Amino acid sequence: MPSFNVEIIIENKKMARDPEGETITRDLINRGGFQSITNVRTGKYLKLSVKAEKKEEAEHIVREMSNSLRIYNPVVHTCSIRIKSEEL
Amino acid sequence: MKTAVIQFPGSNCDLDIFHVLKDVLQIETDLVWHTNFKAEDYDGAILPGGFSYGDYLRAGIIAAHSPAIDQVEIMAQEGKPIIGICNGFQILIESELLPGALLSNQTRTFICKWVNIKVETNNTDFTRNISEGTILKIPIAHAEGRYTIDPKGLKDLRENDQIVLRYVDENGNLTKIGNPNGSMDSIAGICNNDRNVFGLMPHPERASEKILSPFSSSDGLKILNRFVHT
Repeated sequence: MPSFNVEIIIENKKMARDPEGETITRDLINRGGFQSITNVRTGKYLKLSVKAEKKEEAEHIVREMSNSLRIYNPVVHTCSIRIKSEEL
Repeated sequence: MKTAVIQFPGSNCDLDIFHVLKDVLQIETDLVWHTNFKAEDYDGAILPGGFSYGDYLRAGIIAAHSPAIDQVEIMAQEGKPIIGICNGFQILIESELLPGALLSNQTRTFICKWVNIKVETNNTDFTRNISEGTILKIPIAHAEGRYTIDPKGLKDLRENDQIVLRYVDENGNLTKIGNPNGSMDSIAGICNNDRNVFGLMPHPERASEKILSPFSSSDGLKILNRFVHT
């Protein structure tokens, strides 16, 4: 069975402030001279290998897992799922 | 009343709360490993503070999938008192026994200090004998304690009188300076709709013996007393 690389990105919703992102913007990027960068939002990145027949099936498995196991907290997070590639 | 302190890999306030319940309040208490915990054996349960599963992915999320939580859910439905302290509160949130989320402190730092906590309602199992408006001196010690919820959730908490504890300043007022971690609405502790499941970030077990407190505070006992009475 083929195996797919799938990415999950978990971010805070707009309503939830992101102090890590704010600190990176202010104390690293802006202080380091990059004034044109005005905002950073941090998140969590997970990279999965998923066995499935097709791309769509791999995505479906990951979506179902993310929802049923609360890989993100839907109150404050958004969760995006992307199929990167088929592994050889 | 027989009470269980449930231990997860990474719990580290388990022995403190066990000591307070058993030796200070003289309650029949067991330390129970999370895979062995059975709802039917106990009248109440405590999820202690610590760093269960190293806080991996999100504080509390992995412990929320422990078999102990299925048992805790049964106890909650039976109306038995459940209290989650600090990481225990995070576990109750992530297992959806309590609503909302606990995000990284607004300061981006771990905060360990004595704070002032106002009792907002005594209509819970845990605050029944405390007058509303009472200020308790209890310490916090956490990195992820910034209570956050969507506007509708916050409205529900207010309307259902589920906000049990709020952070206040030295004068007992709700101010930015009195709110150490940036929690929404200065929330330090909430209960469920049935009022028998209670989560709080402050550590009542660290404010239960005057000799161990720089403020001679034993205010934590006012909350933990709940487990003395059935």
